Amino acid sequence: MLLRLLPGDPANTLLSVGADPQQIEAAREQLGSNLPLGEQFVRFVGSLASFDLGNSFISRAPVADEIVARLTVTLPLTLLAFTLAIVIAVPFGIVSAVKADRWYGAAISTVSQLGIAIPVFWVGILLVTAFAVNIRVFPSGGFPSRGWHAPAEALRALTLPVLTLAIVMSASLLRYVRTATLDVLGSDYLRTARALGSTFTEALVRHGIRNGAVPVISILGIELASAFLGAVVVERVFTLPGLGSMLLLGIQQRDYPNVQGVLFVSTLLVLLVGFTADLAQRLIDPRLRDKAGAAS
Amino acid sequence: MIGATALLGKYSGRYGVRALAVTAAFAGFLSASSALQAAENYDVDASIKIGSLYEPQNLDNIAGAGQGINEAFNSNVYEGLFRLTDAGSVEKVLASDYKVSDDGLTYTFTLQPNVKFHSGDPLTAKDVKFSIERVVGPDSKSSRKKSLEPITSIETPDDNTVVVKLSSRSISLPYNLSYVWIVNDAAKDLTSGEDGTGPYKLEDWRRGSTLSLKRSDSYWGEKPTNGEVVFNYFTDATALNNALLTGAVDVITGVQSPDSLAQFKDNAEFTVSEGKSTTKELFAFNDRVEPFNDVKVRKAIARAIDKKKLLNSIWGEYGTLIGSFVPPTDPWYVDLNGVDPYDVDSAKALLAEAGHADGFTFTLDTPNYDPHPIVAQFIKSELAKVGITVNINVITANEWYTKIYKAHDFQATLQEHVNHRDIVFYGNPDFYWGYNNPKVVDLIKSAETSTTTDEQTAKLTEANRTIAEDAASSWLYLYPQIVISKANVSGYPVNGLNSQFFAYGIKKSAD
Repeated sequence: MLLRLLPGDPANTLLSVGADPQQIEAAREQLGSNLPLGEQFVRFVGSLASFDLGNSFISRAPVADEIVARLTVTLPLTLLAFTLAIVIAVPFGIVSAVKADRWYGAAISTVSQLGIAIPVFWVGILLVTAFAVNIRVFPSGGFPSRGWHAPAEALRALTLPVLTLAIVMSASLLRYVRTATLDVLGSDYLRTARALGSTFTEALVRHGIRNGAVPVISILGIELASAFLGAVVVERVFTLPGLGSMLLLGIQQRDYPNVQGVLFVSTLLVLLVGFTADLAQRLIDPRLRDKAGAAS
Repeated sequence: MIGATALLGKYSGRYGVRALAVTAAFAGFLSASSALQAAENYDVDASIKIGSLYEPQNLDNIAGAGQGINEAFNSNVYEGLFRLTDAGSVEKVLASDYKVSDDGLTYTFTLQPNVKFHSGDPLTAKDVKFSIERVVGPDSKSSRKKSLEPITSIETPDDNTVVVKLSSRSISLPYNLSYVWIVNDAAKDLTSGEDGTGPYKLEDWRRGSTLSLKRSDSYWGEKPTNGEVVFNYFTDATALNNALLTGAVDVITGVQSPDSLAQFKDNAEFTVSEGKSTTKELFAFNDRVEPFNDVKVRKAIARAIDKKKLLNSIWGEYGTLIGSFVPPTDPWYVDLNGVDPYDVDSAKALLAEAGHADGFTFTLDTPNYDPHPIVAQFIKSELAKVGITVNINVITANEWYTKIYKAHDFQATLQEHVNHRDIVFYGNPDFYWGYNNPKVVDLIKSAETSTTTDEQTAKLTEANRTIAEDAASSWLYLYPQIVISKANVSGYPVNGLNSQFFAYGIKKSAD
């Protein structure tokens, strides 16, 4: 809605220098961009209610088809990056907390601090320079024309983007894991468990991780949601045909149906992630289940 | 790779070191012969990967697909009655012959026999009529619609003959018809599919990424020298260059970032070709408004800008200075660089004569993409020397179209004009820059109704000279047109006139 207030008109994208005024008006009428804002919005909400995302102004293709095609890039990208980020962040986060007094504990903590400060696109450019231009093991960008029908090529194309996103995500995730672990380490129940005869590792694995996991999971939910946003930048750096690049192009071209479609779908995804995170927390922590049961 | 280096390496290994000049001469000879060898040993089924920055917005050139569709589809997927060749001439394609009546108002076209669309339907006169009417129809977003205005009727006396009647002579009709794709009149979806007669058919289009064309086995003409063409689309020049460097693409259609040239130029793995460009960097005034309605002010500004320095700072040794809107490839080109040469003192004198001895202030609407912001900075500093203050206002391409092209709400702006033969814009007083000289309007109009091309050329040359003398706009420079490929790839067009990129002659030998 706000986008429609910006100067510019989708009809402009379709016309070029040389078109005459009648052609411009005809194009605006065809797209409905000559209508008052209110009416454009009512039309959009009306079609959304019937689960019709409409057709792109520019390519004329159904928005829903385009989103589905692009999800085959964005979903694997974010989920792989997310998994990789967890694999990196959880063990290193725990180690850096448990061994905070050792040099490597401090080193991990410092590196992660640095990771938070580095912008995503810069990590991407560095990786391209190192692994694509210099030693040429991975492509510098793009996605195979046959998509997942060429799984090996598709995976190779996604390697650097996934790494980029995972590096940046794991840096902030690691901080949260570290903090949660430190909290757990200072807690009474861990001391009690040790007093009852558990070794430090036993106590940490049996009680510590379960307790520490609860806040970390809600952060994970937020991280995954923001990974969809981070994908916008990564897709741009690696010219991947995902949802992020669709959103950017849609904004440049004032292709409102495409922009609204992408925002609608990404909002759904974020809600879904939040819901899953809630469920996961309840599975891990019986106290949350009891409270929910008592409330209903 | 059978490139120049491999052969040169062998040569110098056997004969040892020679005088530099001799080696250089031999290097030239050897690279020519190795190119020949590469062309002979090409792979007939090769897949050619083309890197480009211009993804089509959809697949129909009358539905606002943008310049990318001309690049991908003209003469590759769709053919016209005529084709504008890479050398700039107009040749017959689907028209095997045509006759013009003595009054120049009736054109009779005979169609090439045995032509089939990719769907299998035969080409008939009705398809041609349908195709021309599509471009002039009410839904057409084609920028060429206006140039086909003289057409009053299209008749199809038989399946093989098309008769086009005009209201006035139109000497450029064959040229203008080279933009009209001949499509099957039964085709359903032309925005995401195709049904043309060209040497390739559309295989797949993955939006935001690739567009693949496959050789059509039922093509009526000469077969392409490769099996498949895949256009790979990029959104920025660096990513495009990286793709070529890393071998992800074989050729890039036009270099847009001058800084990147160095890494390809002295590298034997790549071939750098400079073609003839039609893209002009234009500093356009709104000639309707004060102070730009005064020819002295416009001439003063033209003289106050050191265009040579500007071109050099952007493109180094590449590019060409032009004294008007006409590139050297148009028949009505004359060198007009001397009309308003760089001369700060005479610029100041002209400003004083115009009553602006103390200068003035204006706003320069600058599109936010390269090279316009840099050019704007340069103009600002140059004009400061004659007392003119420039306020740079950065806008997006989309806003440019609404504010400047449509509403004419501006004082001055920057824009690149890509097309061939577009001097006609100066004959339209309603065009965005608002240049209105009745003599030029008349010359451009009557040039179109000329009976001979000599007459047309004479009139347009005169128009060209007049706009330069009036300093209708300030023509900063002609972009270079640079195509870079891997050394084992040859046979691609280098001029890219009107953004076309014919793929059927591209040959690729084994690396």
